[in-house]
Amino acid sequence: MATKTLLQGINDALHTEMGRDERVLIFGEDVGLNEGVFRATTDLQKEFGEERVFSTPLTETGIVGAAIGMAVYGLKPVPEIQFSDFIYPAFDQIVSEMAKFRYRSGGEYTCPMVIRTPYGGGIRGGLYHSQSPEAYFTHTPGLKVVIPSTPGDAKGLLASAIRGEDPVIFMEPKKIYRAVKGDVPDGDYTVPIGPARVAREGTDLSIFCYGAMVPVCEMAAEKAQEKDGFNVEIIDLRTLYPIDETAILQSVRKTGRALIVYEAPKTCGYGSEIAAIIAEQAVDSLEAPIKRIGGFDIPFPYTLEKIYVPDAIRVYLGIKDVLDYA
Amino acid sequence: MDRGLTLDKHKGNTSMSDNLLQVIQDNAKTAKLPPGLSEADIKRMYEGMVMVRAYDERQKKLQRSGRIGFCVTSTGEEAVQIGTAAALEPADWIYPYYRQYGMLMYRGASLDVLANHLFGNTTDLAKGRQMPAHYTHKETNFVSFSSVIGTHLTHAVGTAMAAQYKGDDVVVATYIGDGGTSSNDFHAALTFAGVRKAPVVFFIVNNQYAISLPVEKQCAAESLHTKGAGYGIPAIRVDGNDIIAVYQAAQEAYARARRGEGPTLVELLTYRAGPHSSSDDPSRYRSQEEMDEWNAKDPLERCKRFMQQLGIWTEAYETQLWESIREKMVEFTNAAEKIDEPSWETMFDDVYAELPDALRRQRDELIATESEFPRDNEGEFPL
Ligand SMILES: Cc1ncc(C[n+]2csc(CCOP(=O)(O)OP(=O)(O)O)c2C)c(N)n1
Repeated sequence: MATKTLLQGINDALHTEMGRDERVLIFGEDVGLNEGVFRATTDLQKEFGEERVFSTPLTETGIVGAAIGMAVYGLKPVPEIQFSDFIYPAFDQIVSEMAKFRYRSGGEYTCPMVIRTPYGGGIRGGLYHSQSPEAYFTHTPGLKVVIPSTPGDAKGLLASAIRGEDPVIFMEPKKIYRAVKGDVPDGDYTVPIGPARVAREGTDLSIFCYGAMVPVCEMAAEKAQEKDGFNVEIIDLRTLYPIDETAILQSVRKTGRALIVYEAPKTCGYGSEIAAIIAEQAVDSLEAPIKRIGGFDIPFPYTLEKIYVPDAIRVYLGIKDVLDYA
Repeated sequence: MDRGLTLDKHKGNTSMSDNLLQVIQDNAKTAKLPPGLSEADIKRMYEGMVMVRAYDERQKKLQRSGRIGFCVTSTGEEAVQIGTAAALEPADWIYPYYRQYGMLMYRGASLDVLANHLFGNTTDLAKGRQMPAHYTHKETNFVSFSSVIGTHLTHAVGTAMAAQYKGDDVVVATYIGDGGTSSNDFHAALTFAGVRKAPVVFFIVNNQYAISLPVEKQCAAESLHTKGAGYGIPAIRVDGNDIIAVYQAAQEAYARARRGEGPTLVELLTYRAGPHSSSDDPSRYRSQEEMDEWNAKDPLERCKRFMQQLGIWTEAYETQLWESIREKMVEFTNAAEKIDEPSWETMFDDVYAELPDALRRQRDELIATESEFPRDNEGEFPL
């Protein structure tokens, strides 16, 4: 067990899985010699060689399309898309091909592969280095979508994704790549894809969140405890699809109040699905309306990033709002 | 690695079909004025390049001292920008990517247009929405672009088709890096432009790298200009550090477009002398020797040599030029820094022509909390 950053957790998983399984290949823009623009692939080319870890030409269609072909042939490609903002040139490959290969071939052909991509705000990247496109992928049957918020989960979930049989979009909260530290078990370690995690136990209100919003919600929950004596529960969803409905319903039935926090634009964002699940299956246990806090329904701004991304203040106000409801 | 050797093969003639167009003879004692260019034209181009170099110096300084968050420079690629801009007419359009802002200055944009964008302040034409290096300037037909590599190329073709349809005497110049030639839209744009004979000129700025990837790992073709042939588009390779050659190639390509003969592909061989951006560390992937080799072919130095050969360059001219330009850079950027950042409610403008009700509610809710909880410190919790 060692204390690592989230980024090191990811690197650890890549190392470990490459060591375990020769079918694992890593490629993407600048991931070889340069070890990725965020250095997620540090030492991998050195250790495993250019055959297994290489930088590609600048074509996301090529990266994902070629990975699909490899997966169909039995390899386990783990391509990187440098920023999730640049995943759209590969959207067709992801949505029409990767997601549907198994289904359309009656299970004859499959695409076990993992697309890793950093997402979200936090680096002052403006419109095209900050987006959170998870809902496009959770809206696509055939894909699993995973977003870790702790270094240990980053390693364990990525390892599970690589060992799995289905295509996974593995989105990495770049804002907390280095800001978050935590225990990461050495060697072989997996965290199952599916179950959510209780990040903070509480009784008064449930917050549902994932990725970079988890530490923000934790900060707001601490403040609410300190200032108002509110006892807030936080559910870190970890896997967005398949969704852990049981954990969501259990928590909301306990607290009777739900706040959902995500950084993507609010309308039709992933949090809308959580709200719908609660409304459909647990409306009888609600003591206040469900509340969503999301990014505003605008493109991601540069100078005003700090106002755009939900912060602890906005979440704290949301907590008060839901708990003040008589 | 011996990228750069091709630049040493002097051809010294101006035929469009040559493998490498070069005009400036570095070792000559004297030179003649190239056809169509006056001494004043050449000086103006040189001064344009000095402006770009000085602007980059200033950007770097501001970024290193934390006064701006990020910067993209184009050191080594000044001839590419100024040479192709100088051959354009004011009515012509430009679809650039992030390394062609020098064209803006050359085409008359005030320096505060650039400086305000660096700071993303309230007078920034992009209203502080894009990260630095994503300039927009309608006045000079310099079209706003995204960070997504390659996507503007098809727009350039569409604009050229529109100008052709309307019978306007407008040519479109568009730019793409060596990396960007691998993008989907590069293929789509050349496909369209070739078939429709659109009045567009594609400039491939082959600066040898796409972040860390050297061009020989980007594409297996011996030269990127050969990509034109597959689409039926005439192509030429030019010494991109030779501003006269760049100018002449651009001039001829624009003229073809104006005559209705369709698109041209121009590969400009150059070198990204600086890092990809302020976030990049080139020592991870390229050698000092290689950088030195290219620095010896610096476009400003070569233009200077050419001016010396023409007898129109003096030390005094040089010193005075740099002094006055550097002073301007400091003045404009300092002024931009003092201007406020955009107010919160402006974030909601320009998403649509008219603000939809639901979005208005989001805006009003946010503004209602502004006075209650001023956010002065990122990440701080001022409660
Ligand atoms: C579609 C897309 N993929 C990846 C990126 C990240 N990225 C930004 S610049 C760049 C390299 C571009 O190289 P090149 O086209 O040669 O232009 P240069 O920067 O060398 O001028 C990459 C990979 C991007 N902006 N867009």
